[in-house]
Amino acid sequence: MLTYALRRLLISIPVVIAATLLIFIAISMSGDPLADLRQQPNITQEQIDRVRADRGLDQPGYVQYIRWVEQIPQGGFGEYMISPREIWPDLRRVATHTLQLVIGAEVIAFGIAVALGVASAKRQYSVFDYTTTTISFVGYSMPAFWFALILQVSVVTIWQVTGIRLFPLANLSSPNPGTGFAFFVDRVHHLILPMASLAIFSIASYSRYMRASMLEVINSDYVRTARAKGVPERRITTRHAMRNAMIPTVTVAALSFGALLSGAIVIETVFGLDGMGRYFILQLNRRDPYPIMAFLVITAVVTVVFNLIADLVYGYLDPRIRFD
Amino acid sequence: MTDEIRPRPHQHGFPTPEDLPTDTGREQADSTDVYSDGTEVEARSQWLLFRRKFLRHKLAMGSIVFLFIVTVLAFFVEQITPHAFDEPNILMRQTAPTFEDWHLFGTDQIGRDYLTRVLLGAQISLRLAAIVAVLSTVIGVTIGALAGFYRGWIDSLLMRITDLVLVIPLLAVLLVASALFGGGDPVRIAILLALFLWTSLARIVRGVFLSLREKEYVQAARACGASDLRIIVRHMLPNTIGPIVVNLTLVLAAAILIEATLSFLGLGVNPPLPALGRLMDDGRSSMLTSWWLIILPGVVLVSIALAINFIGDGLRDALDPTQQES
Repeated sequence: MLTYALRRLLISIPVVIAATLLIFIAISMSGDPLADLRQQPNITQEQIDRVRADRGLDQPGYVQYIRWVEQIPQGGFGEYMISPREIWPDLRRVATHTLQLVIGAEVIAFGIAVALGVASAKRQYSVFDYTTTTISFVGYSMPAFWFALILQVSVVTIWQVTGIRLFPLANLSSPNPGTGFAFFVDRVHHLILPMASLAIFSIASYSRYMRASMLEVINSDYVRTARAKGVPERRITTRHAMRNAMIPTVTVAALSFGALLSGAIVIETVFGLDGMGRYFILQLNRRDPYPIMAFLVITAVVTVVFNLIADLVYGYLDPRIRFD
Repeated sequence: MTDEIRPRPHQHGFPTPEDLPTDTGREQADSTDVYSDGTEVEARSQWLLFRRKFLRHKLAMGSIVFLFIVTVLAFFVEQITPHAFDEPNILMRQTAPTFEDWHLFGTDQIGRDYLTRVLLGAQISLRLAAIVAVLSTVIGVTIGALAGFYRGWIDSLLMRITDLVLVIPLLAVLLVASALFGGGDPVRIAILLALFLWTSLARIVRGVFLSLREKEYVQAARACGASDLRIIVRHMLPNTIGPIVVNLTLVLAAAILIEATLSFLGLGVNPPLPALGRLMDDGRSSMLTSWWLIILPGVVLVSIALAINFIGDGLRDALDPTQQES
């Protein structure tokens, strides 16, 4: 197990390096990174030349790449193209917010999906089963931003009709969020709609996996044995069947974590949250290559790490898997 | 198909239906074989079984009809609606859906007919998704087939590339590509999408090829001196068609949703073309007073994606040999 984990970790390293190379080639080399700067009227040629020299843009590509990539392990992504400000403090702030959103969405999605999957597997071919199947198909076929917009319209309509404002529509906190527990409650209150919008696709997909693996487990010999020796049905579901059935779902959830980061781009834009996704869109509109590359590297690393976790967790939870 | 390796009659010692006497004298091509004792055995080919199961899948059938109607409406939108998609009507701005002047989906902020715009948006989505589906299938099948057929270093190299593409955050990269290399044009967006949506198909095709290449009939074809290309195209690909077609529906639905998201974020299909995502982004500013501006394009978009997914589900069920007919 340990050697397997180490080997997987070692395989991940070249993947990450290749990803940084690809990202660098695609973004830094794809055009003139100073094009935007040149168009600004109050910037002289002299200033542009200085930025060029500062950034090493006059040097060959591989020198630029090494210069850029060697600062990443030291916990930095350099400065913005135009202003001499560090990228990392900004990125750390928005990444924290995105992490709260994404982890919340993942937890909600996983909990609901397991419950739905177990319930519809226990009542296979019932009305409940068909309803959840249909709803999960709709969840699959719905763009997250549209669901988010509908949630917003619904909340406002309820507000207009009843005078009760269920959830805030934008921002991460109230103007005076308080501290400690009050701050936490305020943050959760603000994040409920975004988390729901982000979770809907994951609920649809995880619950399918959960249902399928639950059906497989329910019909297996050891569950029949448990039933035959008189274990209460409830205990069979929770202790015997559900635990094993959750293994593939855990893996799928870990593998989908990167996709949630992509989803956060849209959701944060709709709800105006100060997260990584909206930061990414802002920088994209400013055409600043350095923060864009920083975002891509972080998401790629997170995806690789979660792929690794998925592999290891799978082996840990299911002892039948042999590593060789 | 003269090159098909078929066992000769009696080679395996058992009589085949064609050796048994028939009292009707019907041709072998007929779907029913009548044995001497009078029992009729229907020859059920894979294709027949598939067709029968698929035609019974009500949701999939309904979805095909629905998708056909939407496609016809979307592609003949200019003949169907009395308005042009960019013709403003200052007197009827932001009107809710009404029969007056045939604004069945209402009008937008400057009085353009919303039905025309939504249908044109659906046309853009469908066109784009079709291009993505064809391109990504070609890429995915080629890469998967090469990797599964040749194994060895080709397999390792191609699968590492696939892993790498899978690691890259799809939406983020598409946004960057669209921003830096210029999106806007539906065909260019479609090509971009296809460059990233082939990975799952490549893995599936590789998996099937890895198992098929050990099958006797492939060995036999090789023994007969068939070229690699011929073995891949004539003998192995036809047996991979099921997963390819199912994956095709997944890619179609994914392409439609991703394009809508890109357009919604302003980095997809550019105006004046009314992509569905763009319509919803434009409608956002007045969505609280004019619900139809975001609800209707969304409903059309979701119905199309849903219909495609239902068809995919029907195909999957029909192709699944473990699910027997009842």
